[in-house]
Amino acid sequence: MADKARLRRRYRAERRFRWYGISATILGLLFLGAILVSTVVLGHSAFRQTYIKLDIFFDPKILTPDGKTDPDTLRQANYPAVVKFSLREMFPSVTKRNEQRQLFSLVSLGASDSLREQITANPALIGSRDSLWLLASDDVDQFIKGKIRPNAPENERQLNDLQMQWVHEIVARGLTNLRFNAAFFTNGDSREPEIAGILGAAKGSFYTLLVTLVLSFPIGIMAALYLQEFAPKNRITDMIEVNISNLAAVPSIVFGLLGLAVFLNFFGLPRSAPLVGGIVLALMTLPTIIIAARAAIMAVPPSIREAALAIGASPMQTALHHVVPLASPGMMTGAILGMARALGESAPLLMIGMVAFIADVPQGIMEPATVLPVQIYLWADSPEQAFVEKLAAGIMVLLTFLVMMNLLAVILRRRFEQKW
Amino acid sequence: MIKKQIALSVLMAGAMTGAAQARDQVQAVGSSTLFPFATAVAEQVGKLSGGKTPIVESTGTGGGFKLFCSGGGENTPDVSNASRQIKTSEVDLCANNGAGPLIEIKIGYDGIVLANSKSATQMKLSLLDIFNALAKELPSGEGKTIPNPNKTWKDVNPSLPDVQIEVMGPPPTSGTRDAFVELAMEGGCQSFPWVKSLKGTFDPQFKKICDTLREDGAWIDAGENDNLIIQKLVANPNAIGVFGYSFLERNTDKVQGSFVENVVPDFDMIAAGAYKISRPLFIYIKANHLDTVSGLKPFIAEFISEMAWGPDGYLAEKGLIPLPDDARSKMHSEAAANAKL
Repeated sequence: MADKARLRRRYRAERRFRWYGISATILGLLFLGAILVSTVVLGHSAFRQTYIKLDIFFDPKILTPDGKTDPDTLRQANYPAVVKFSLREMFPSVTKRNEQRQLFSLVSLGASDSLREQITANPALIGSRDSLWLLASDDVDQFIKGKIRPNAPENERQLNDLQMQWVHEIVARGLTNLRFNAAFFTNGDSREPEIAGILGAAKGSFYTLLVTLVLSFPIGIMAALYLQEFAPKNRITDMIEVNISNLAAVPSIVFGLLGLAVFLNFFGLPRSAPLVGGIVLALMTLPTIIIAARAAIMAVPPSIREAALAIGASPMQTALHHVVPLASPGMMTGAILGMARALGESAPLLMIGMVAFIADVPQGIMEPATVLPVQIYLWADSPEQAFVEKLAAGIMVLLTFLVMMNLLAVILRRRFEQKW
Repeated sequence: MIKKQIALSVLMAGAMTGAAQARDQVQAVGSSTLFPFATAVAEQVGKLSGGKTPIVESTGTGGGFKLFCSGGGENTPDVSNASRQIKTSEVDLCANNGAGPLIEIKIGYDGIVLANSKSATQMKLSLLDIFNALAKELPSGEGKTIPNPNKTWKDVNPSLPDVQIEVMGPPPTSGTRDAFVELAMEGGCQSFPWVKSLKGTFDPQFKKICDTLREDGAWIDAGENDNLIIQKLVANPNAIGVFGYSFLERNTDKVQGSFVENVVPDFDMIAAGAYKISRPLFIYIKANHLDTVSGLKPFIAEFISEMAWGPDGYLAEKGLIPLPDDARSKMHSEAAANAKL
């Protein structure tokens, strides 16, 4: 009897144990799902942007008052006045200065930018008339997307009653349009949420990671190979080994401080450049890569080395022809995971000036740039409500890159992994 | 390890040759309060000039001056945005590091608001209430202080609600914090005649009594991210947040500004000077960089153009309170002369 009771207890304990495991997994998945769903719910609307159709008259009296059409004059011409003129024609009853100002704020500053682009590309358009789809302001955009409650008290809305009335009229005339927001993928940062794009940060991340990869991958692999295959076992190598493990656990901001002190102040490298960011992140990812690479090299069976040496290969040939190719899936996985971590870092970049407003899209590793996580942080810090959807969309872009990198790591492991 | 060092130093040598050339891109650092304004100007300059858009970093006023005053070379920032006037210690730092002559431009005003969630009752505070709620030590009798005993707002002033004092505000590196302490705390503190008499004669003691905020949890350093403070206020209706007016203006659907000395913080009241906790905003420019950094003059010119800092300008739309008309035109001609525009 006693042993049966004991057996039942053991079975129960077994079932409970499984349930703990299952509920832990489910809880984890729920959290992940909640984050993903809330990001997508918040951010999906950022991929569409509101446009307003305006009748634009490229009035030569406004644009080229002195008749000159050189590029400088054309670039600095008064495009906002052209937009304002068109809005005044649309609502001729609005005459008070204060009301006109409220009317003009329905159209984005980006509208003038797009007119500037058209005119500088084709000065012959001056004097012509055209109906153009131009960017609406962020507040109008939020309203069209249903993110401003129309029945809230007037002083709690970004659009006042008068502006709402105008927007309703524009919508009723069919002059608004929600379109795919291509500018989000082709623009750099901007203070205007409707113009702000992710390309500057994405390219900044690309250049930074390029520098990181070029530095940390070969150095990390060489260090791992030497330590694992050639280094004598003594006090010094033991010390190095312990220190590499310690370095892997150092908070990333410390690497940023190091970057500020050494690369900026001592070597005088430019602030905000992906080069410096890449070097700092390379220092940060090196321990990860070395540890992963050593584990991969260790997993290569000694019989392979012995076979190579037995038929006359030199130690270098043994390492390069046999050990490295067999260990490479593990090495690459480690490197990709290290890169994925570097992609998500923002703290070390704070000290070296990459947490900054940089509107131009960087064209190389020496040009000022910011990175994806920093861009998300900067948008989160901006007062305009419309940045909330941009930041969620930014998170989606960042997650896409991370998932792709992790997927690559999995594929590499699956394809090239050797079972012994 | 040796290989690593060699590889790094080779790379370094290659990079340094590239860094020696002259710079055409303006670099600005400083206050997070001015960040929305400076970035808006930067973007506009970039579009109009067709050249490179100035870079603006948000480091806090104090942190900005540290970078700005670290030297006069081309690898140091050209512009420092400050939400208070430069301190003498910072002027000395600049001078000692060879930053050269500085140009100061006052660009407008910002109000500092004490706001709480819309779901809570709107507070009516006096400067003395603010001081009594947040000072670490309260004056009690001639020359004596006691640790602040007030737990709830009702303890501070019977007309205020019976909720715990919980105020979230910017950390010590922030210019907003400096201005809040100087205008609100010192303002309330001077209601005690003997403390007021210390000012000018025993400044260190005056500052110690007036400027020290509570450390028992009633005041919380909430970081430089004002959006985060607003989210916390929505989640906790008992809490009050301290931040710049521009954030209040953008979030009127979630939070409301408290009355201070019977004045509610809005655009007109701050511009008229009726709202007590408002401070001037400045930008500082290295005069020596005017000729070497090509984008600097257009940046200043745009900053002080009517289209930017005027009452109808785009900075006003972002929450900047413009200078009065005559002060603005005077500041404009002064700045234009200093910056050789």
